[in-house]
Amino acid sequence: MIYRETGQFKANYQDDQALFPIAQDRYVILAVLLVTFAVVPLLLNQYWLNAILLPFLIYALAALGLNILTGYCGQLSLGTGAFMAVGAFSVFKLMTAIPELGFIPLVILSGLITAAVGTLFGLPSLRIKGFYLAVATLAAQFFLIWLFNKVGWFFNYNATGMITSPPMTLFGVIVTGPSADPVAKYYLVAGFVALFALFAKNITRGRIGRNWMAIRDMDIAAELIGVRPLIAKLSAFAVSSFYVGMAGALYFAVWLGSAEPTEAFDINQSFLVLFMIIIGGLGSVLGSFLGAAFMVTMPILLKNIMVDGLGTDTALAAHIEIITIGVLIIGFLIVEPHGLARLWRIAKEKMRLWPFPH
Amino acid sequence: MIFFIEVVLSGLMAGVMYSLVALGFVLIFKASGIFNFAQGVMALFAALTLVGLMEKFGMPIWLAIIGTIAVMIALAWAIERFMLRPLVNQEPIILFMATIGLAYVLEGMGDILWGSDVKMLDLGIPQGASDWMLDSFDIYIEKLEIFAAATAAVMVTFLAIFFQKTRIGRALRAVADDHQAALSVGISLNTIWVIVWSVAGIVALVAGIMWGSKSGVQFSLSLIALKALPVLILGGFTSVPGAIIGGMIIGVGEKVAEIYLGPIIGGAIENWFAYMLALAFLLFRPQGLFGERIIERV
Repeated sequence: MIYRETGQFKANYQDDQALFPIAQDRYVILAVLLVTFAVVPLLLNQYWLNAILLPFLIYALAALGLNILTGYCGQLSLGTGAFMAVGAFSVFKLMTAIPELGFIPLVILSGLITAAVGTLFGLPSLRIKGFYLAVATLAAQFFLIWLFNKVGWFFNYNATGMITSPPMTLFGVIVTGPSADPVAKYYLVAGFVALFALFAKNITRGRIGRNWMAIRDMDIAAELIGVRPLIAKLSAFAVSSFYVGMAGALYFAVWLGSAEPTEAFDINQSFLVLFMIIIGGLGSVLGSFLGAAFMVTMPILLKNIMVDGLGTDTALAAHIEIITIGVLIIGFLIVEPHGLARLWRIAKEKMRLWPFPH
Repeated sequence: MIFFIEVVLSGLMAGVMYSLVALGFVLIFKASGIFNFAQGVMALFAALTLVGLMEKFGMPIWLAIIGTIAVMIALAWAIERFMLRPLVNQEPIILFMATIGLAYVLEGMGDILWGSDVKMLDLGIPQGASDWMLDSFDIYIEKLEIFAAATAAVMVTFLAIFFQKTRIGRALRAVADDHQAALSVGISLNTIWVIVWSVAGIVALVAGIMWGSKSGVQFSLSLIALKALPVLILGGFTSVPGAIIGGMIIGVGEKVAEIYLGPIIGGAIENWFAYMLALAFLLFRPQGLFGERIIERV
């Protein structure tokens, strides 16, 4: 009743091919955007913006990227952490070399650099599949992190091996570095994420996206009907790495401020993003957001409940936290292996039929 | 020349240590198609339990080992009952993620139960250089590594007999071949999974003992799983001999590269070199050296 397309006629091809063909969807998206850009910055304090919303948005971008590769094209990758590092180090080098270009072009440029690196490490996917490929992408993870740790050029021969983001301004407001305003950072990241989520929604329903999904569902059959695996797989690696690289750039430059490759971009980072897309839902743009929200807020929530609420000792709380996360993940996979996005789909179906049961 | 032989030999021995971990992966992957990421943490957990039983309860070594085996079997039962059974017939990636969740649980549990400080594991396994090798061939080799190699040989022989000659072994191979066909001739998948995870748990215990004696029982023990992965893709996910030979190739390659290539490009390459080596192999044989041939039909 609430969510029904009855009476919404598609009178021309434009309506037929609309991104969100159902009016309710459009209203919901508009409302979400309105809340994101107009209401949230007014209501929430610095802690919320810095500790929850920024990482949520940045991880959502990374999850979107991995979802393009794993969810849409079916290529399992465990190298997300390293690709985020590529984005972070590219943006660092660019920020120190050509800051006059402005922050936004630099982030996009570092995404492009990551896309090139990702395509390179995607080459084995033409030959190997499944878990063999997943382990092969670990080669990227360990090699790239080693490279960033060893070669001084990447961190400008800094004695500590850390990279620190220099302050940069956007429309006269400082957006990176320690003196940046949280609201400005939030607007910047939210803008990026909204724009590229829209782009992802578009690209996945078009020709390229359909090719990816054909490869995912059965690569040999896809090849037989004329999808070129070389182009499809490598383009998935490129687009995915582009997103992940931008997420890495924002992660380092806007959120962390300074980073050290072995800690900020280690393999746990890869697993974290993989968890986001599995829990959110493989092959779903919405799922990337839901999964990121879940994985970002859950540890904070657990810690708050245990340390502040129950007064548990912090070391013990850390152990209980990791057990709880493990149990929640397993439990979640058992209850809904298709992820949170699937729950939303079921809810939509229910709303459509309501108040009737069938 | 002597030095080179020494490098190769110690590489072979180190490779056997990797194989011990890789073996656990192969067993589980063969019998259930699950890529068990928790294998490394299982080794840590087993070693922690062993040390804990010896230290906290003052058990003698043999009793502690039996106790640990009992714990690993109980763990296998719990995993099958609460994780695998509800997840039966799911996509491989879902099961893989579930084992990462399992790794978190085991890691936290081990720390809470036995504490997170570094522990020494002393089971009376000989340590130091082997005098005999040093005297007669002038080659330096750790006694512990020889011991590990011997243990691995015994274990592989035992596993081979178990798989080939016993009733349960035949059932295991049937399940590995085809789940549905095995079910239809009356093999209970649940029982088989408990057995396989128990065996993998015992293999993890052996790996945990070896690595624990070498470098102490601590959190980094769980990271040896990452060392075993290139061994796996090199040898093939489904082959026991592949795990052993793959381990040796990786071990030798790593040691030789570390010594001859390391100084040229800046050192500390052991983290990624094995992966690159395995990747190079994969480009020629996508299913690993001994993996089952991948046949695809539309």
